[in-house]
Amino acid sequence: MRKRPHEFFIETAIFLAGTVSIFFVILIFIFLLKEGLALFRTVSLWDFLAGKDWYPISQPPKFGALPLVLGSLWVTLGAIVVSVPVGVACAVYIGEVAPRWLRETLKASVEFLAAIPSIVLGFIGLVTLVPLVQNIFHLPTGLTALSGSLMLGFMAMPTIVSIMEDALSVVPKSYREGALALGATPWQTIWRVVIPAASSGVIAAVMLGIGRVIGETMAVMMITGNAARIPTTLLEPVRTMTATIAAEMGEAVQGSPHYQSLFAIGIVLFIFTFIINLTADFFLHREMADLKKPRKK
Amino acid sequence: MIRLNPRLTQNVAFAFLFFSTLLIIVPVFCILFIVVRNGLPALNWEFVSAYPRLGMRAGGIFPAIVGTVYLVLGAFVFSLPVGILAAIYLSEYAKDHWLKRVVEVAIVNLAGVPSVVYGLFGLGLFVFFLKFGASIIAGSLTLGIMSLPVIITASREALGAVPRSFREVSLALGATKWQTIRRAVLPNALPGILTGTILALSRAAGETAPILFTVAAFYLPRLPKSIFDQCMALPYHLYVIATQVPNVKPSIQYGTALVLIFLVLAMNIVAIVIRARFRKRKLW
Repeated sequence: MRKRPHEFFIETAIFLAGTVSIFFVILIFIFLLKEGLALFRTVSLWDFLAGKDWYPISQPPKFGALPLVLGSLWVTLGAIVVSVPVGVACAVYIGEVAPRWLRETLKASVEFLAAIPSIVLGFIGLVTLVPLVQNIFHLPTGLTALSGSLMLGFMAMPTIVSIMEDALSVVPKSYREGALALGATPWQTIWRVVIPAASSGVIAAVMLGIGRVIGETMAVMMITGNAARIPTTLLEPVRTMTATIAAEMGEAVQGSPHYQSLFAIGIVLFIFTFIINLTADFFLHREMADLKKPRKK
Repeated sequence: MIRLNPRLTQNVAFAFLFFSTLLIIVPVFCILFIVVRNGLPALNWEFVSAYPRLGMRAGGIFPAIVGTVYLVLGAFVFSLPVGILAAIYLSEYAKDHWLKRVVEVAIVNLAGVPSVVYGLFGLGLFVFFLKFGASIIAGSLTLGIMSLPVIITASREALGAVPRSFREVSLALGATKWQTIRRAVLPNALPGILTGTILALSRAAGETAPILFTVAAFYLPRLPKSIFDQCMALPYHLYVIATQVPNVKPSIQYGTALVLIFLVLAMNIVAIVIRARFRKRKLW
């Protein structure tokens, strides 16, 4: 049947909306560049990325973002070390071991964690976790990288668990049946067959967990202490890239070098997460391809 | 080589898996318990219906609740139509070639952009470039764009769950492609789409970083007059009274946290009810 004129319009709208995600990714990058690149007229790229001092409002100002980048990486590393083993183990328990009646309850609880706003978790971390860390390690302050790592590791759990669970569910049933039929115990089946088959999913879960942690803002700003120094231990305050943007943008004057420098940090963050997400996507697709099971449409 | 008893190994391993799960689940309920126990005494009619007083140390959080509701409604109005159309493209129109793959990668990346970077983007585009100023429309659009990838993914799944035969029958009866989508596919996918959208926006309701520079007012003891006005918002209000204002009673802080959690959970429950009712009258 011939298309009517209004159908032409609606189908054009559908096509435009379909590509809107590409449009927004590019638009976000353009606006970060537009506001951030102007910084490099006054500060060299090297001084920005490798400078050890972040004093944006002193005279003369110093825009060395290295402590912030390392602060983010430091907290993220701590969080991942905490969350990956626990998160993967939890996903294996829910997906492979837990009895059916328990499974849905556990899943719902993990999903509930994802629904709690990060500002609430930050607040609870501030009143419970921070004093706890201070008392255990006898520190002058509990606002440390360790508190941030523990909290962020906890906050990354829903991401890691759900990605890992999806990865496990894609492993064909015949793999498990084959192993069990050969006399392997359920644990041997999980450890030697199921997890290796889902190993791409493990990597994707780790990557997306990193992406979740490195972009977290409010909770990390409330409990890491925000000292812009290059971190050497987990027991001292650090300041992350996200917290710097959130804390300082309110005072920065539009168009000033300080304002531009915060957008420049945004560019760094954007590139970080872009690479992380591409990698995760690559591994997720590889698992699907490996298991020769076309992705459900 | 030591040969381990497989039965014993299995028991140890399963115990480890179980305790890892507890390590996640138990704190979740502890957090809920702490917020409810400390926040519940603060909740009364005045708290949710009055304006803050004494530099936010007394009174209620009414303008913050209203602000968050406005922001979520604004994000809903923008992101639902765009999300549905985008999902229709991916599910019904796009052929399996490079453009579809690029769209999918873009969605994955959009979902991974940190919320504070969305805040910078909203500040650069809506507040300064389009000259909306710090306003409800700037905040709503920022939250809406942030929610888009989740809405598109959920809507696409809902569309994909409608059986192929529905489309074939409609096309065989002589309907055009658009008529088929509108009359045969979309009505059956709509509950799923709404569920996904409400869930995505419940996350947006709790976000602080994207509204920090685009809309949120530190203290504004009146309701916004138009969409170009600033407003208070619950998550930012909690941040302010938890870290910026000294000597706020803990009960007010916990009370605000409780109201925020309650709002997010209420949206989740609405989404779950829609899904459950739909399942009952499912046609296939």
